[in-house]
Amino acid sequence: MGEELGPGRQLTRALVRWETALIVLCVLVFVLGAVSTAGFADRDNIGFLLVDYTEVALLALALLPIVLTGEIDLSVASVLGFCSALTGALWDAGMSFEAIVPVVLLTGAVLGAVNATLVVGLGLPSLAVTIGTLGLYRGLAYVVLGDRAVTGFPESYRPLATAVVPGTFLPLPTLAVAGCAALAAVVVHATPLGRSLYAIGLGKRTARFSGIRVGRIKSGAYVVSGALAAVASVVYTLRYNSARADNGSGLELVAVAAVLLGGVSIFGGRGTVAGVVTALLLMAGLRNLLFLNDVTNEIQNVINGLLLIVSVLVPVVTDLVSTRGRRRGAVRRPTEIR
Amino acid sequence: MTNTGSTRRAVLTTAGIAVSAVLLAGCAGTTKHSASSDGAASGPVTSANPNAPTKQGLKISFVPKEIDNPYENTVDRGGIDAVTGLRETGKEVGPSDASASSQVSYITTLVQQRQDAIVVAANDPNAVAPALKDARAKGIAVVTYDSDAAPEARQVFVNQADSQEVGRTQIRLISEQIGGTGKIAILSATPNATNQNTWIGFMKDELATPRYKGIELVRVAYGDDDDQKSFQQTQALLQSIPDLKGIVAPTTVGIAAAARYLSSSPYKGRVALTGLGTPDQMRQFVKDGTVVRFALWDPSQLGYLAGYAACALASGQITGKQGEVLKAGKLGTRTIGNHGEIILGPPTTFDASTIDNYHF
Repeated sequence: MGEELGPGRQLTRALVRWETALIVLCVLVFVLGAVSTAGFADRDNIGFLLVDYTEVALLALALLPIVLTGEIDLSVASVLGFCSALTGALWDAGMSFEAIVPVVLLTGAVLGAVNATLVVGLGLPSLAVTIGTLGLYRGLAYVVLGDRAVTGFPESYRPLATAVVPGTFLPLPTLAVAGCAALAAVVVHATPLGRSLYAIGLGKRTARFSGIRVGRIKSGAYVVSGALAAVASVVYTLRYNSARADNGSGLELVAVAAVLLGGVSIFGGRGTVAGVVTALLLMAGLRNLLFLNDVTNEIQNVINGLLLIVSVLVPVVTDLVSTRGRRRGAVRRPTEIR
Repeated sequence: MTNTGSTRRAVLTTAGIAVSAVLLAGCAGTTKHSASSDGAASGPVTSANPNAPTKQGLKISFVPKEIDNPYENTVDRGGIDAVTGLRETGKEVGPSDASASSQVSYITTLVQQRQDAIVVAANDPNAVAPALKDARAKGIAVVTYDSDAAPEARQVFVNQADSQEVGRTQIRLISEQIGGTGKIAILSATPNATNQNTWIGFMKDELATPRYKGIELVRVAYGDDDDQKSFQQTQALLQSIPDLKGIVAPTTVGIAAAARYLSSSPYKGRVALTGLGTPDQMRQFVKDGTVVRFALWDPSQLGYLAGYAACALASGQITGKQGEVLKAGKLGTRTIGNHGEIILGPPTTFDASTIDNYHF
């Protein structure tokens, strides 16, 4: 899990602890759900709770590399919305679905590149930039499609977003998410590129002096994020068989929550794919369980908000405690000096 | 290496891939013209037995467009009243935003909870369709109310009011209030609002009958369902048409704004105002004499009817076929129309003597 993280052994141990805690919590939710709530452990229900988190999972994986470098991309759900609206407009205009998909994927990449230009090219703060594009892309989605809803997407492709692997309850989109997560794990944890992401997050200047092409890697992360959000839009549009400008609105917060709850530091430089995947499973299971017990949306939002605060708070507190424990000479982030 | 250089390269690469991919994809493929349409949901095939007893212990769930909307809550309270009156259990669950797909998770959960009937006001007729079809395939009765889903995904749609009746009623009301002669104007929502335009169409049709030959519709103004703009439009109408006798505002925003202007102007009591409004918004204007009588369907009756329809479907008394008769408690009976549509009935009118019976 955290072995690839480099020298800070104490840090590694803390991360392992965080993820262990997450896994325990996750297992607890599923076991508790199965015991307490009729229908929760149903094959159909497990399949549904997985497929219902497809888009959030893709957006979280899109965010992960960016957050590792210490930046943020809040525009992911708006990219999804714009791409869905574009899909609707093009489909309505009579374009073939086979042609729409590559156009939409590349549109997503272009929207990511716009973020990259502003953040990397002009050196603007990513929080401000992507709050701006969050509004901008969502607005453009309404320009493209208005408040219409386009439907009637091909019966031949829709099963890709809804069907299960024959003989199992595993939805196809979940399989695709698992594939993306595996790929992300390899890239992030086992390649020089992945190590560069961590290095940038831990100290941009140090990374640059070590010969890491900071600008290029960050730009790449934004472009990939845009493209992944576009993939999520295709799944979303097919799954609901409905293209609308408001598709996926608000999902960015859920995705950010999953990334942070997964143990990824908002300041960059630490976090694992396994952590994020566990957090996604935990959130999907919890949400479904709360639904089945008729817990209202408002309470669910409260719970999500608390989880988010806890996930930001706990690492800071453990850091503080361990620093104090080691007394003088201990540095808060040993990996920063390198 | 510079930041700008690397970004430019990334953008160029992206653009390059984009162009080649579009070329590769070509023009052939699945378009909306070749895509087949959906089949109807495959619920268990049964025939209606109008004399079947109402099953006991049914679980009926109402899914409004959004959970915090007072109008929708009134509708659902009516529905839950109907359901508990039949000694079944009813509940209201739903999303806190009215976005397209947020209802799907709720519907799927209700299927998992083995509810006997789901009553839903669809935010997006197509987005909810697959989940509703799944529910029907599992033997759950599906009713839509207020806002329909794709017809093949539900058995019955309970429509709040017949558009024709809504339009004609408003003309009847204004004619009563101005004594059958004089100039009137309409204060509508936006120029392309579907509902309002349909109603205005029926109003003009009604005005063309000999009964109303003394009434002249001189203008249709648009307040865009914006309170302030509707207020200003009312003022403009009154000033530019000195002998205006009455205003019809077929929108709850418009009628409330117009009433507010009239109530503090010298035209109060001299120019009649009617249309579609909610009792809570209009109460003070009815009591101070600005407005004599206005109309709207009763949202709690809409829910009540939907609740009865759900219980009847779940008990096998109806199946949603045209011509079947639904027994709906205090509302009497309703005959199912074309495409499984049940109409609540003519709009309810509210005046000083009845308005305090309504709170929504």
